[in-house]
Amino acid sequence: MLTVRGITKTFGTLVANDAVNLTIGTGEIHALLGENGAGKSTLVKMLYGALAPNSGEINWQDSPVQITSPAYARKLGIGMVFQHFSLFDALNVAENVALALPKDQSLKEVSRNLSKISREYGLPLDPTAQIADLSVGERQRVEIVRCLLADPKLIIMDEPTSVLTPQEAETLFVTLEKLRDEGRSILYISHKLDEVRALCDTATILRHGKVVAHCDPRETSKAELARLMVGTSVADVKTSTKQQTEAETVLAAKNLSLPTDSQFGTALHNISFSLKAGTIGAIAGIAGNGQNELFSALTGEASLGEASSLEIFGKPSGQTDVNQRRKMGLAFVAEERLGHGAAPNMSMSENVLLTRATISEELRSIFGLKRSSADKIREEICDDFDVRRGSKNPPAGSLSGGNLQKFVIGRELGSKPKIIVINQPTWGVDAGAARHIRQTLIDSAEAGMAVLIISQDLDEIFEVADEIAVLHEGSLSPFVQAATVTRESLGLLMGGEGFEQSNTGVQHATHA
Amino acid sequence: MPLTLERRVAPSKLMMFASPVIAIILTLIAGAIILLFLGKDPANGLYVFFVEPLTQAWSLEEILVKTIPLALIAAGLTICFTANVWNIGAEGQFILGAIAGATIPVLLPDLQGPHTLPLMMMLGFMGGMFFALIPALFKVRFGANEILTSLMLVYVAELILDYFVRGPWRDPAGLNFPKTIDFNEWASMPIIGADRLNIGLYIAIAVAFILLFFMGRTFQGFGIKLAGQAPKAAKFAGFSRDKTVYLVLALSGGLAGLAGIIEVAGPINQLRPAISPGYGFTAIIVAFLGRLNPVGALIAAFILSITYIGAENAQIFLKITNKITSVFQGILLFFVLACDTLIYYRLRLKARMNEVRS
Amino acid sequence: MSVDIIFAIAVTIMTAATPLLIAAIGELVVERSGVLNLGVEGMMIIGAIAGFAGAQLMGSATAGILFAVGAGMLLSAFFALLVLVMAANQVATGLSITLLGLGLSGLIGNAYIGLPGLKLPKMDIPGLTDLPLIGNLLFGHDILVYASFALAFGVSWFLFKTRSGLILRAVGDNHSSAHAIGYPVLLVRFLAILFGGACAGLAGAYLSLSYTTQWIEGMSAGRGWIALALVVFASWRPMRAIAGAYLFGSVLILQFHAQALGIKVPTQLLSALPYIATILVLILISRNRRLIQSNTPACLGLPFVADK
Repeated sequence: MLTVRGITKTFGTLVANDAVNLTIGTGEIHALLGENGAGKSTLVKMLYGALAPNSGEINWQDSPVQITSPAYARKLGIGMVFQHFSLFDALNVAENVALALPKDQSLKEVSRNLSKISREYGLPLDPTAQIADLSVGERQRVEIVRCLLADPKLIIMDEPTSVLTPQEAETLFVTLEKLRDEGRSILYISHKLDEVRALCDTATILRHGKVVAHCDPRETSKAELARLMVGTSVADVKTSTKQQTEAETVLAAKNLSLPTDSQFGTALHNISFSLKAGTIGAIAGIAGNGQNELFSALTGEASLGEASSLEIFGKPSGQTDVNQRRKMGLAFVAEERLGHGAAPNMSMSENVLLTRATISEELRSIFGLKRSSADKIREEICDDFDVRRGSKNPPAGSLSGGNLQKFVIGRELGSKPKIIVINQPTWGVDAGAARHIRQTLIDSAEAGMAVLIISQDLDEIFEVADEIAVLHEGSLSPFVQAATVTRESLGLLMGGEGFEQSNTGVQHATHA
Repeated sequence: MPLTLERRVAPSKLMMFASPVIAIILTLIAGAIILLFLGKDPANGLYVFFVEPLTQAWSLEEILVKTIPLALIAAGLTICFTANVWNIGAEGQFILGAIAGATIPVLLPDLQGPHTLPLMMMLGFMGGMFFALIPALFKVRFGANEILTSLMLVYVAELILDYFVRGPWRDPAGLNFPKTIDFNEWASMPIIGADRLNIGLYIAIAVAFILLFFMGRTFQGFGIKLAGQAPKAAKFAGFSRDKTVYLVLALSGGLAGLAGIIEVAGPINQLRPAISPGYGFTAIIVAFLGRLNPVGALIAAFILSITYIGAENAQIFLKITNKITSVFQGILLFFVLACDTLIYYRLRLKARMNEVRS
Repeated sequence: MSVDIIFAIAVTIMTAATPLLIAAIGELVVERSGVLNLGVEGMMIIGAIAGFAGAQLMGSATAGILFAVGAGMLLSAFFALLVLVMAANQVATGLSITLLGLGLSGLIGNAYIGLPGLKLPKMDIPGLTDLPLIGNLLFGHDILVYASFALAFGVSWFLFKTRSGLILRAVGDNHSSAHAIGYPVLLVRFLAILFGGACAGLAGAYLSLSYTTQWIEGMSAGRGWIALALVVFASWRPMRAIAGAYLFGSVLILQFHAQALGIKVPTQLLSALPYIATILVLILISRNRRLIQSNTPACLGLPFVADK
């Protein structure tokens, strides 16, 4: 169906794809595996005509082609489902679909075809619904239907399950297998090894822009795939061996509610939990179920109606601001690293000031901010957390995702907090850095820190958490011991089962 | 598109300093072309416009006289723009400052003494500040765009001034001319030059350096920078967006007001229907040419005030209307913005490998 | 007040509303594509002088219109160069265009001060224009009055009924997605900006060829800014812009009639009314944050740089 030979793409001095070869057969699900930054997205963008390669050739159905634009790719029969959906919030479903189709269809026709396809593949959709009102899962359906309407022979899917519950993912796999049985090919991009081994027929593995292996994922062990992806074998995170003792509760929410201030936000309803010193609590859930709102309620960026709805060390603190909370011993790591947790155009030292200036005495003097101290702290963080950078004090925006996250977490841990709240600790971070970060969190908890992570990554949660709760449409399930839950039961909760109307009432955190 | 931008890994230090210089050179080239179109000798024209004002003591002093209001207003605007708050109504705040400060010499002419001038300056600062707090309030409370509201208030301010000098504040002995009485000696700025240059210059210099310290060394100044670059990060660092909006508008409005009272208590010495040749708007260009740095703005103010004196020269010697000043100023801002892009991006000439077909 | 006077006032409101409507419709299209052009005032005044000068040169007011449109587009092309190719700050660039337009118009217009101008012909339809009352209201205006309505309806149809309009809205809503599925974001924006420039120039031509048939320096008098406010008032919908333009037109006219009616207030207060009204309207409309939030093109004011 598609063969790629020696394709190379460089951005400045960075070689994103280095002489990549790839062959996708007819009617196969082909996995493209690799870490973040391995060059998967670059390769896929070239196959879809959104980027032009520097050299190399692409053969489509045995004839050489130059895929010059996404429209041309679609014309050839290549469709794409994006990871960060390329949908238009202000437009409705039919309009979104029409934008990716050839010119000669009226909106009416589009709506009709759309309904037909969505019935056929079990992907229910309302053509007149506004995208802004849809859930993440529904948005993905729009993407898939939009892609299918063009009757593609090859479908490129970029990390499609990263936004789905395990059950939703299962449903997706059924659809994908149906598509394969119709003779379509699928290029399936992922770093989740279990699902690749369950679903895919062949696999190509990328590392640092180069192909390191072609293999049959069903015949290759998970450990071997991981080794190929990462290069070295990543040691497992050493989990804590400590015994649960009666530690003090340091952070507690009591019927915490927060109305949303934006059209696209999620309101929080009666959230209750408590977190003890020395434990790692994890809040699972699909994106867009109130994670950001919960985070801003915990940081104080959103002020709560009642002071008593959040207790820090037993003190009602719902109306304290973010710096007051920091002074009480809290630290926060935001999901959006650039723009929220760090200012992209400011230097690393200035980003040290961002959260530390109010709490670290050494950064202030009667002559104003002490930048030399900020430089010193920056060097300490970079040494302790092995942060790689292009120059001594570059803008935060120039760091890679993993290095920036190590820097940000190092900055927060550097203030020796007693409680740390982290939204998406290792999202978009390479395996080495992710392992380092997870190990640091476990070690910190061992040393008595209370850690609360908000994450959409179940692997991460199972690796580090002592207790797990699920956030769904702004409500939180009770925390339960990590050892006592399964992926399946969490998946059901993430899909909203078990969140009855009565459940939005008082929920007490329970510790089994 | 043959020209494409490529993001630099880090902002170019060289371009940060070179960009205003390149912009000025490009403006001179554009100016020469315009002069050619007007049928004048470009070399001589540019000389009359940009060099001659620097060669004589009186014109140098006049340049400094005009530097005062430009530098003061622009210093405040640099803070405002840095916070990504677009106060373009400084002209109105300038006028309101002048009116507020003038209440003392006009309504209380007997209040004379060493305290008169400081009191006037305080009132001037407050007049401009309160006038700028109107768009701030509307922005914070109602979400109304400050660009449009602050600009609309310029027209309102001009009409308020017009009302006062033609109505209640008109000089009864002024032969029906729309103007107030002349300010008394205690209400006039002390002269430090040969003719019209007053201590406002020291104030403008002091303000520039105080603001430089404020922005560079205080946490609040850091917060203003953050608010402009990454609003969510600013909130994360504990800065309320609303407070920042109030602060920067109050500060820039106050400084524009201060400039207003210094101008009417200085070179003008009375209120008239027109007290500014558009200082509030020119200061926007000054702020950008000064790279949104208060001390940079001080230097830029000097450069921009050359164009005012140059235009007067050009009117006399070249018979060109002084309207050409605002043309040069507009072009200068245009080029400054274009060159600033080069700090963050590299410009690449590049033929697209493939044609876009659809 | 007799019916005659009411109808006479209605006709004058029309003359005040027309330039506002034309300029607002142009800016509405620009903003729908995700670009904020604050240079409307500058493009309008350059349109006014170009229209006036063009009419003088060619001896025809209608020819003047073409000059005005061309001048508006030329200035907007400079704006486009900066904000699209150089990804410059849109707010500041718009200001530079306004300053440049005001300056250039003064420079060019210096030679035309005090000259009698040409007036656009009225489109008289014998019989109809002479109808009592509504004859003067509906017929016998110059072409630009009708053009303003045609523009509003045409743009509304374009935005919501055509595929190109859909693409334009898509680019304004999410330029990264539009780029990802293969639409030329910068080209779409360039065309939108040119259209905006043409409209602003046209609005300026109305000022110097119909509203007052002479060149007065600074004659746009903030109308470009009012047009910008109108776009917000209209929540980016052309039909609502008609209502807004006539509302603002009424306020502009009110000051003249209030004096004629002998209302005793300082003239300065009457002159300030349009500006105060603009602020009040902005406050009222902006208070409804949901309305603004759900209608503002999501990419408004954000520069787009594609990674190639």
